[in-house]
Amino acid sequence: MVILLLVWEAIGASGLVDPLFISSPTGVARAAWQLSQRRDFWTDLQVSATEFMLGYGAALAVAIPLGLALGLSKRLQYLIGPFVDTLNAVPRVTLLPLIIIWCGIGIWSKVVVVFLGAVIPILINAQSGVKASEARFIRVARSFSASRFKIFSSIILPGVVPFIFTGAKYGAGRALLGVVVGELYASTAGLGHLIADAGNTFQTDVVFVGALLFMAAGLIVVALLDVFEQRFERWRPSPR
Amino acid sequence: MIAKLEAQDVRLDYLQPRSNSQLRALAGIDLKVMDGEFVSIVGPSGCGKTTFLSVVDGLIPASAGRILVDGRVVTKPGPDRAVVFQDASLLPWRTVLGNVRYGLECLKVGAREAKERATHFINLVGLSGFEDHYPYELSGGMQQRVNLARALVVDPKILLMDEPFASLDAQTREVMQEELLQIWLKAKKTVLFVTHQIDEAIYLSDRVIVFSGRPGRVKQSIPVTIERPRRLAVKREAHFHGIEDAIWSLIEEDVRAERNQVTLT
Repeated sequence: MVILLLVWEAIGASGLVDPLFISSPTGVARAAWQLSQRRDFWTDLQVSATEFMLGYGAALAVAIPLGLALGLSKRLQYLIGPFVDTLNAVPRVTLLPLIIIWCGIGIWSKVVVVFLGAVIPILINAQSGVKASEARFIRVARSFSASRFKIFSSIILPGVVPFIFTGAKYGAGRALLGVVVGELYASTAGLGHLIADAGNTFQTDVVFVGALLFMAAGLIVVALLDVFEQRFERWRPSPR
Repeated sequence: MIAKLEAQDVRLDYLQPRSNSQLRALAGIDLKVMDGEFVSIVGPSGCGKTTFLSVVDGLIPASAGRILVDGRVVTKPGPDRAVVFQDASLLPWRTVLGNVRYGLECLKVGAREAKERATHFINLVGLSGFEDHYPYELSGGMQQRVNLARALVVDPKILLMDEPFASLDAQTREVMQEELLQIWLKAKKTVLFVTHQIDEAIYLSDRVIVFSGRPGRVKQSIPVTIERPRRLAVKREAHFHGIEDAIWSLIEEDVRAERNQVTLT
């Protein structure tokens, strides 16, 4: 990591490559500092974070129960499955112009894009988690005359937890993608807007700052999910 | 006297989804188990003994015939019967206490009483101090003890045991057999025990029922007249070997027939 930064700095300083293309770590750091002094940068950050949290939160709230329901009910799967598959197959970015027409270029169009990006992976994972529940445990429950609800809460749900976390982590990436793409395409504020602006005016440093911020956001969300998941997974033997 | 458990002409036909043909698994099982009796079922593999146990538990509906407990027909699982499963099948996300308590939760027993009763049976199977351990932290033998405690805790009249010691190493298995007899003497349960190990069946049982090869039917019922309490050493006595030989010769021809079928097809 350190070596990578040094090499990057050296190439930037040596003048072999135009700094306009690759900037340099110190250049990026300087740009980050300057940005942090600007009030509109913090607004951008706040707008992007809001879009992410609303869209991602809504995706979790919809996808987990719906995924579980789809996994449990064949009928529901016939009814809704094709729509899920279609939505999964369509690159959701293609819907962007439509969404902008419907919701405008404010935050709500981005919330919708984020939601659409994150909802599918979480839903599909939750659904396959239900399908993967082990028959032998269900047999134990049935042998003890467990009610349908008890089978769900004591056998199926604990088995689905790791699947939901996998989906949530993958969905987080898709959600961030939604923020960037949405804001690059049409927006008045947000980190994506900042990046687009900087790109159009050849401020390579600022573009890098934006990219790094998205990277950091992704890592933080996944790390938080990991910590949360640990609390559910105490029963699992550690791999070594 | 009414039998504790009775199977009357129990038949079971499977529909094989791939070839869409009927496969007969059980061809009219008739048997009676008296109150407090320990009865084992042995037979060649694939004879349907485990399937029969599932029918008795009510997990699989019989195609014909019926199962009676205390003279009353049963068609689904109930607290009068409890299964000790073959591969322990402990819920990995629950502790020992949580697993043993499971049946009581299904019966909606209050949390305090459930904990008390579960703790009692954890002690009975010799696992006190392990209440908060997860299954992955336990040896195979310990897991089977939890499995046994989980069945005993709901206070069933009949214990249905499905090759519970099959996956254990030989030494652990012997120790578990002896302990099971001690627990059985204390708990006073009627037991139907499925195994493919003839010596295990004889050592544990009052009576050994020999199933024929597929489709399963009762070939013979052999009483075991060895005095209780039995020490493990009885397995090396001549009388014991005599019963073992008699049972083995009953099973042998079916095992050979099955083998030939496999080579032919």
